[in-house]
Amino acid sequence: MADEVILLDLWSSMFGMRVRVALAEKGIEYEYKEQDLRNKSPLLLEMNPIHKKIPVLIHNGKPICESLIIVQYIDEVWHHKAPLLPSDPYQRAQARFWADYVDKKVYAPGRKIWATKGDEQEEAKKEFIEILKVLEGELGEKPYFGGESFGFVDISFVTFSCWFHVYETFGNFSIEKECPKLMAWVKRCQERESVFKSLPDEKKVLEFVYFLKKIFGIE
Amino acid sequence: MASSSEKVKVLGFWVSPFVRRVEWALKLKGVDYEYIEEDIFNKSSLLLKLNPVRQKVPVLVHDLKVVAESYVILEYIDEIWKQNSLLPLDPYQRAMARFWAKFAEEKVFETAWNALCSGGEEKEKALKIAIESLEILEGEAKKIQNFFGGDRIGYLDIAMGWIGYWLPVWEQVGCMSILDPLKFPATSAWAKRFISHPLIKHNLPPREEMLVYFDKRSKELSSISQGWIKV
Repeated sequence: MADEVILLDLWSSMFGMRVRVALAEKGIEYEYKEQDLRNKSPLLLEMNPIHKKIPVLIHNGKPICESLIIVQYIDEVWHHKAPLLPSDPYQRAQARFWADYVDKKVYAPGRKIWATKGDEQEEAKKEFIEILKVLEGELGEKPYFGGESFGFVDISFVTFSCWFHVYETFGNFSIEKECPKLMAWVKRCQERESVFKSLPDEKKVLEFVYFLKKIFGIE
Repeated sequence: MASSSEKVKVLGFWVSPFVRRVEWALKLKGVDYEYIEEDIFNKSSLLLKLNPVRQKVPVLVHDLKVVAESYVILEYIDEIWKQNSLLPLDPYQRAMARFWAKFAEEKVFETAWNALCSGGEEKEKALKIAIESLEILEGEAKKIQNFFGGDRIGYLDIAMGWIGYWLPVWEQVGCMSILDPLKFPATSAWAKRFISHPLIKHNLPPREEMLVYFDKRSKELSSISQGWIKV
């Protein structure tokens, strides 16, 4: 019997994109259902009653929520192909540590860069660049965070890359200038089919942010 | 077993529930370790060397390998020492355990801590979320007989174990009521079972000292008033 895999998602969500990339890396066929978060569908409310958020993966009727938990689930279920986490427990711990770092640190200052201004925006920009430099340091000379193979940490962070244009535009800075090695890694990841097929165009994301700022009345 | 305890070290802070998680996991697996106390208000060069990125405890050192972040350490311990497994084998059950651990951390732990360290409207807001979240957890606690791990303590029990011991201390210090046993009978009963487990009850910080510490610490943090405190 074939697996039934459904993804409840929002096209611009860097968290939802993580799941899309993971599914694509594994070559898993699934049904993508775009969600309207201002008018939440009965399916979303049924499948994620606690957080009412995307992404939600529904596998043979059972929901799994929280993007990194979903990615680990995908890796464990479809373990015979394209491993996303290393097999060595210590390397796995390092991967989990860094994905957790991305998960805890990147989103909030990134959001403040486009959603605030003045001192708050400047603080956020400084913090954001610092975090990117830490990540660049961890990447080092490796082609991917996972070493020779694209993996869990790469997936957790590369999805922010389509939002870099937003941060650069509103923050008035260049991520390439601040973190050239990180941008080289971004370009390397974007050559992967799983990544370029799962991430939206950065111009579309910027347009979306202009729209968000308008409807939320953020100057 | 003396040589193996040299191989495993835990860098911790006596009152941290995150550190205890790691110790509980090691004890449940029967793994000997050396405990090194760290003063988090005066960080040692050892801590800064072992965990330069987050500069926090707990840190696990195993055969010169360094692992940080309590949940990351728990999974590492579970993968290295396979006896008395903490996480279920089934991927869906594992995802559920991880989900609930994250939920409890963000919606109960963080909110209760913020309620303790704030006043007025902020405190009320945090308390409301903590209690609403406990209502959701109560639904899960009603489904179990013994522990979330089944007959044995598992990952989720360890993740939420602070509820049975740290939370009552915070309630007392902060003059707040969060885990009302009348409102949350299943969660309260589970918490009691967890804290009274022989491997847990002998590995808890002294209550009186905790009251003094959290009273001082919460007053310090609330006077800085830095908004929401992320843990």
